[in-house]
Order: sequence, then C-alpha cells, then structure tokens
Amino acid sequence: MDSIYNDLNAPHSMGTTIIGVTYDGGVVLGADSRTSTGMYVANRASDKITQLTDNVYICRSGSAADSQVLSDYVRYYLHQHTIQLGQPATVKVAANLVRMVSYNNKNMLQTGLIVGGWDKYEGGKIYGIPLGGTLLEQPFTIGGSGSSYLYGFFDQVWKEGMTQDEAEKLVVKAVSLAIARDGASGGVVRTVTINKDGVSRKFFPGNTLPLWHEELEAKDSLLDGFSAASPEPMVS
Amino acid sequence: MSRFEESAPARGGFSYDLCKRNEMLMQKGLKPSSYLKTGTTIVGLVFQDGVILGADTRATEGPIVADKNCEKIHYMAPNIYCCGAGTAADTEAVTDMVSSQLKLHRFHTGRESRVVTALTLLKSHLFSYQGHVSAALVLGGVDVTGPHLHTIYPHGSTDTLPFATMGSGSLAAMAIFESKYREGLTRDEGVKLVAEAICSGIFNDLGSGSNVDVCVITKGKREYLRNYMLPNPRTYVSEKGYSFSKKTEVLLTKITPLRELVEVIEGGDAMEE
Repeated sequence: MDSIYNDLNAPHSMGTTIIGVTYDGGVVLGADSRTSTGMYVANRASDKITQLTDNVYICRSGSAADSQVLSDYVRYYLHQHTIQLGQPATVKVAANLVRMVSYNNKNMLQTGLIVGGWDKYEGGKIYGIPLGGTLLEQPFTIGGSGSSYLYGFFDQVWKEGMTQDEAEKLVVKAVSLAIARDGASGGVVRTVTINKDGVSRKFFPGNTLPLWHEELEAKDSLLDGFSAASPEPMVS
Repeated sequence: MSRFEESAPARGGFSYDLCKRNEMLMQKGLKPSSYLKTGTTIVGLVFQDGVILGADTRATEGPIVADKNCEKIHYMAPNIYCCGAGTAADTEAVTDMVSSQLKLHRFHTGRESRVVTALTLLKSHLFSYQGHVSAALVLGGVDVTGPHLHTIYPHGSTDTLPFATMGSGSLAAMAIFESKYREGLTRDEGVKLVAEAICSGIFNDLGSGSNVDVCVITKGKREYLRNYMLPNPRTYVSEKGYSFSKKTEVLLTKITPLRELVEVIEGGDAMEE
C-alpha cells in the first residue's frame, strides 16, 4: 500500500506531447490530455493548451503546478500590457514574458512550454521555451516526453506553407503517433487553430484516431454485458 | 537571544534549520513522531442541479486508527465545501484559513463567494509551500456561474472535472465512477453513486474506513448529511455499559498534602525587589 500511496503524492506532472506548427495564415497548437501522478493517471481529459490572450495560446508540459502558475502570471502581465499598449499584445511579447518568468526562476521551475498565436504585424508565430528558459522562434516545434518519438517524423513530413487543413491533420497524426509509443501521453487530442479570423478549438476522442503498428481495435468492454447490481455493503 | 532571531524565517515559508539535527538524531535511533494522516477516500461529482461531495471518516496515525469518525468535508462558504486528504492538520488549517479569507472577501464585495476564488486562494497557498503542505483537496460548490468541481494537489496544480476522487482510496472510488457516471444524474442517483464510490474505498483500501459522509450542494441550498451511511457498526456492545455507576464503593480515602501550609505573618515588610 505504501508504494502506491507514495506514488499518489508524487508531484502532478504532465507526461505529455505538445506540438506547435505554423502554416500559411496562422498556427496550429496540439496536445494530448494525460496528467499523471507517478503511475496513476490523475486526469485523462486535461486541457494543456491554455489561453493567454484572445490571440495567443500556450501549450504546457512538465510540472502541472509550475506551468499553471506560470501561465496565470503571464496572463496577468499580458492583461496589464494590453491595457497600457491600447491594442492586442503581439505573440513576440507574450513569448518574451513567458521566457522572462521561466529564465528568472529556472532553479525552481520544471516546465517546457510552446507559445503560439497570430498578430497583425508578424502573422502566425510559434516560440519554443524549453527547460532553462531559452526562447526560440521556430516554424514548428515539439515538446514533452512524447516528443522524442516525433523528431524523425517531422524531419520527414514537415514543409513550409501548408494549408490549414494539412497542418491540422499533421498535428493530429503526430500526437496520435506519440500517444501510441509514449506511456506518459494519452487520452484525447486537442488542437487550437489561431489565424486572422480568430481561434477554433477541436477535439479528437481516442477512438477517432488512426491505429498504428500492432495496435488493436478497441473492443467493447466485457463488462457491458454484465447486468449484475452493485454489491451491497456488509451489515452485521 | 540574537541567535533565536536569526533562525526565524525572513519572509514566510518554512525554516529548515533543524533538518540536519533531525537527521543526526534519526541516525542515532530516535524514531520520528508519526503525524495524523487521513488515509482517505474523498470524491465529488457534478449532477443535474449542483455538486455532491463524499468522504469516509477514518483518520490514521501510522497503522493505528486515531479517529473512527472524523469530519473530512470542511465548510468553506455557505455554497462551497471542500473534502481534504493528506495530513489532517494541513487540510484543517488550509481550509480554515481560506474559509476566513472568503468571509472577509464577502464582507468587502457584498456578494456570494465563487468557487474559483476559493480555488485560486488554495492553489496559490499550496504552490508557495512547494508541496510541503500535504493537502490534497476536492473543492465543490454552486455559485452564480453554475456548479463547479475541482481537485487541488499538494504542489498547487488544479484540475476541473465532472467527477473526481482523491486520497489513498481514490483508485477504488474512481473505478466505480468510471463505470457508472453519466451526465445529468438526479440527486438520488448521484448520492447513491457517491456513497457507492466511498464504500468501495472503505472496503478495499486500508487507509479508509468507518462511515460515509455526503454533502449535496445546489443553488441556494446545501445538505450536509453527516454519517449518511454506517456500514461498519460495532458488533458487540456490552449490556452493562462502559461507565461506572455513581455509587461505586470507596475503599480508602487518603489525602497527602504536597506542600506544607505557609504561615502568613501579618504586618510584615512589603516584598522588596
């Protein structure tokens, strides 16, 4: 009992696969939905793509607490900045704020992030902010424990100037490949597409994802045919 | 005296000055005192009209049951309750503290408290203590924006879910929820499901036991059903009772003065410094 209990006290971490991809006209952010506490899945339907402003979103990986608190701080700073500036914040400013908090607290935080959004000056942009607080502007970036399985895949498949549809399909395919191979990633695939027309969120449940090498069809649970009533508690 | 002032923490947080000394003592064979933990199964679910919270009532101190009927569903606000798992002192202290803060906030704003307010207060307190305040909570309530259910982990991360379980019995209770939960449950179905999940924890987890507490929160009303179910009654209760009757026979009375009476001398000198 002790080892399981210790596991449940382990810090809430997001095993995770997170992806950010630019396309012709905007960006697509994608993530899985598994949050694990040791070997237990604490939340199988979590939302790792968090809003910072109307036009900028952030994908969170690593320690759940650290990434949530960091996003909350940056959302607050961006809100103030937007009021002072008088117009929507740019993706570059949002990413820099995330980087400042991440770098200045690098000894205490353990979280890798991807900031993505659209603004009228630069269009769609993706910034990767891994552990340590580096800021890297990239046409696409991947993060989290499941990303290890995707480096080769992206090298092969990535091309500049995709359409929105191509980009979304690419992100969903990539996340589902990572889910197939990484134990710490799973659940559903969430995507957020940001362009000049706004933001659109999509949700792909596990059973709509393609099956990969040697994966089996999800069978109906054996318990479905079970019509037994729940056992009554013992009363002496 | 200046030594004592130096060892006080400069700005909040815990002071770890005695850690090395404790380690040395443990190496020499001193056993650390065990603290009261709530082994626990706590659950919450969202139903048609609001939220239902449930908890077992066993508090453990290592392998011993310290309290057979403790209260794990804590009051936060008239429309918000919070179940607590982990170290009992931590859950009590943190829920009491945030409950007071919410009350002051209600005085300031003149409005009913919102669940997200309680959530943010709890989350920021737990995060600033970096997981050392061992409190895992299930927070539920109904406010103007609707019914809400959240889980809060000791490190300060939170999840928003339609049904949630925490504590050592969480796996047993989650198994029940995963197979039987659906959206739009009625009050009776919801209470029955919560009681079932807690019973699952009580009977399958060693850290949980005794009775089932349930709390139903709906718009404008809350029902705290303390000991909703008692599935573990005492099998043998002595007919004679366990207290001594008043006319118990006294065999011997002996009064031994511990100190001689002091003689008071009238008109003596006033005390001098």
